[in-house]
Amino acid sequence: MSIEVQHVNKTFGTFKALDDVSLNFPDGELVALLGPSGCGKTTLLRVIAGLEYADSGRILLDGVDATEKDVRQRRVGFVFQHYALFRHMTVFENIAFGLRVRPRRERPSEKEIRAKVTRLLDLVQLGWVANRFPSQLSGGQRQRIALARALAVEPRVLLLDEPFGALDAKVRKELRRWLRTLHDELHISSIFVTHDQEEALEVSDRIVLVNKGRIEQIGSPRDIYETPATAFAYGFIGAVNEFRGKVEGGYVRVGDEKLHYDGQSFTDGQEVIAFSRPHDTEIVPDGQTADGVSARVNRILGNGSVARVELVANGEAREGRKDFFEVEIPGAEVQSLGLSAGQRVKLRGRKLSVFSNQNGNQTS
Amino acid sequence: MARTINKRVLPGFGLSLGFTLVYLSLIVLIPLSAVFFKTASMTPEQFWQAVASPRVVASYKLTFGASLLAAAINAVFGLLLAWGLTRYTFPGRKIVDALIDLPFALPTAVAGIALTAIYAKNGWIGSLLEPFGIQIAFGPPGVLVALTFIGLPFVVRTVQPILEDLETEYEEAAASLGANRWQAFQRVVFPALFPALLTGFALAFARAVGEYGSVIFIAGNIPMVSEITPLIIITKLEQFDYKGATAVASVMLVISFFLLLIVNGLQAWTARRTGRTV
Amino acid sequence: MAGAVATLDARADTASKFEANPATRDSPWVKFVVIGLGVTYFVIFLLLPLVAVFAEAFRKGIQTYFEALIEPDALSAIRLTLLAAALSVPLNLVFGVAAAWAIAKFQFPGKNLLITLIDLPFSVSPVVAGLIYMLVFGLQGWFGPWLRDHDIKIIFAVPGIVLATIFVTFPFIARELIPLMQSQGKDEEEAAISLGASGLQTFWRVTIPNVKWALLYGVILCNARAMGEFGAVSVVSGHIRGETNTMPLHVEILYNEYQFSAAFAVASLLALLALVTLLLKNYVEWRARHTVSEEIA
Repeated sequence: MSIEVQHVNKTFGTFKALDDVSLNFPDGELVALLGPSGCGKTTLLRVIAGLEYADSGRILLDGVDATEKDVRQRRVGFVFQHYALFRHMTVFENIAFGLRVRPRRERPSEKEIRAKVTRLLDLVQLGWVANRFPSQLSGGQRQRIALARALAVEPRVLLLDEPFGALDAKVRKELRRWLRTLHDELHISSIFVTHDQEEALEVSDRIVLVNKGRIEQIGSPRDIYETPATAFAYGFIGAVNEFRGKVEGGYVRVGDEKLHYDGQSFTDGQEVIAFSRPHDTEIVPDGQTADGVSARVNRILGNGSVARVELVANGEAREGRKDFFEVEIPGAEVQSLGLSAGQRVKLRGRKLSVFSNQNGNQTS
Repeated sequence: MARTINKRVLPGFGLSLGFTLVYLSLIVLIPLSAVFFKTASMTPEQFWQAVASPRVVASYKLTFGASLLAAAINAVFGLLLAWGLTRYTFPGRKIVDALIDLPFALPTAVAGIALTAIYAKNGWIGSLLEPFGIQIAFGPPGVLVALTFIGLPFVVRTVQPILEDLETEYEEAAASLGANRWQAFQRVVFPALFPALLTGFALAFARAVGEYGSVIFIAGNIPMVSEITPLIIITKLEQFDYKGATAVASVMLVISFFLLLIVNGLQAWTARRTGRTV
Repeated sequence: MAGAVATLDARADTASKFEANPATRDSPWVKFVVIGLGVTYFVIFLLLPLVAVFAEAFRKGIQTYFEALIEPDALSAIRLTLLAAALSVPLNLVFGVAAAWAIAKFQFPGKNLLITLIDLPFSVSPVVAGLIYMLVFGLQGWFGPWLRDHDIKIIFAVPGIVLATIFVTFPFIARELIPLMQSQGKDEEEAAISLGASGLQTFWRVTIPNVKWALLYGVILCNARAMGEFGAVSVVSGHIRGETNTMPLHVEILYNEYQFSAAFAVASLLALLALVTLLLKNYVEWRARHTVSEEIA
């Protein structure tokens, strides 16, 4: 089912959770709503589900206006962050719940319910826990039961709120892959909320990046990672080195130093932030070049094919600057440069992305 | 040697536990044990005569019957009140919430004479019921009214915190699965409240069984009709029948202990069911 | 009502949250019926009796009202009631703190049994509570003859009244403190000791500030019950006017002598005490919640 969100606004008291949000979720995709905590992504998910009503704007499900529709009529499957399994019911009864509460005319027979629940339990590979209570399950098992329960009502769309948030790292990874496989089998339109970029990049077909109640960027994981559209997107996705300064000719002036970049259209004197990924950052021995930002090597990790060098800003910390840098270079280069902890070097961006920074404040 | 093994970081264990045990024994345990020593000095026939005479048996029936009914009334209306106070905003809510505890704070004798004044034939409510031939004060219905009054806060105050702490997620999950409001209440919320409701019911019942002050003014105290068991004890004491009084008291004590065990069990159940301590 | 203060932080104003959520909102007529029934019940069983006390007290005018209060027997009853509360509340306070300290900060076998035994007086009928002291100190009781020989009066005298009051108010303070102190654990006390504080310093500077609202709450409830106790005191008092009558007993005597206005006048003082108790209780709850939310912010 396709979902269309049109000009949705939502405020809580004086806090603007959603600020004129419009977007389309195409049919059958697994979409990640990604953003820092408090950015409004969960609110957007709850507005789509009908658990929260927007102050203004419309929600269209399959082209039909559902704005005024009750959560009970929207036929969306919602998986809660802490699962919200009914603790006094067995796993079987939890999954059967949505079928049992249907009006008598639409309610399946006991036999059909049994068959359906069994099928769903097999789908989530937990047939053997049918008669247990939620408290007797592990976190990962609860998550899968919550998913089975949501699927039992044959929802037109599946909404998951931080589905892996409450799990430990190992289970999280397993479940991530499992969700992806399950989605490939079922092809039900799904939206999940996460603050973990790695999760979004790995699992989803499409990422919607949200910040301060607004959409920053929509695109495939690859697009988002490789061509971030905004300074926020750059800073939020993947590891990144950040340099703040003013444009001056073909350079970005950072304090007393300057970084070369290939002329985008900024006027001189404009405040900017320049980003470069660790694998696109170069280390140049101090004194060999006028170009680059000074730093001191702090640690060198891994001497294999790729080494990670951690550096700290040289001299006193300047205001509004990130003081830590991370560079990935071939292990051999560590040798040829003769890098060691404490050494002073200069950093340059091979591929520097520059964004205007009008208000001059932090982006992340 | 044991001392070095059991060395504790915080001081005062011996002193505080010692004082607790001595005080508990002097004020509660030793005096209570007197009931059983006194009872043990009676012959089985004497005991049976004291605790099973028709007048005493009639008082058990009234005391336990009215207490059970009062607790049941409070379970229903207490749940309604707890629901209204936690789920709805309405003018005067704070005042209602604050006054719910009045029966805990109002001396029982005051409650007794006030209820009598209202439910007597010429009282505010009694005069309304009089034309229909309904008499509340000075009979068994009066006992029920008094016991309902003193048990009122128990259910409200045990259910209310559970209802406040209940995550909205459960009702949201039920709604997203298509359940209507009544189904969500009946299948999801009520089972979560049930242990607390039962605890409140048991507390109200236990309190009502032992109640004396508020009842004696409104009951009329007619032997075989509206005489409660605690009054039987007082009457026997006034006739210097210490043994008889003690025998009846021992019956009430055993029942109190039994109820206390049930309440404790229920509270443990509530805690397990809801993951919180009561 | 156990551990009420411990759960107070949850009693924030959540009602509007439920009413705003489409999944927890009830239809207006359900709300109307629930509030209608609940409030009617509240008015009939709680509000009317309270109003009736004051209405009856002033029925014969203000002068009769005050005459009933300054009459010597009434004054003596007030004095005795204050005395009983002044003795029983501090004793139960010391007990409550000691019991909570032992139970919350240490592990020992039989702890759950001890907690149950502390609750015991709540489930004992007040009449039985009075009776047990008769059995111990009364003329036919264990120490009766010895006390008579030494001319010490406990039953039908002030000491008996105080003992009975202590019994019925026994668990109030302990009950508020134990769950709270158990939930707080002993980390902070251990930290204080590790920083060089003595046991007493730790107790006064760390433990007491952490439980002060619960302590106050328990004292308020304990005091209300101590001043209002009727059944237990009635058994051991002997009803000697001007000597062993507390206020509730004085109300009973006046009532049985058909001096209704005087009975309700004295009763109105006790009702006022109940209202002040509820007011203080709500204030303490509010303060406790306030402190909690301040700590969170």
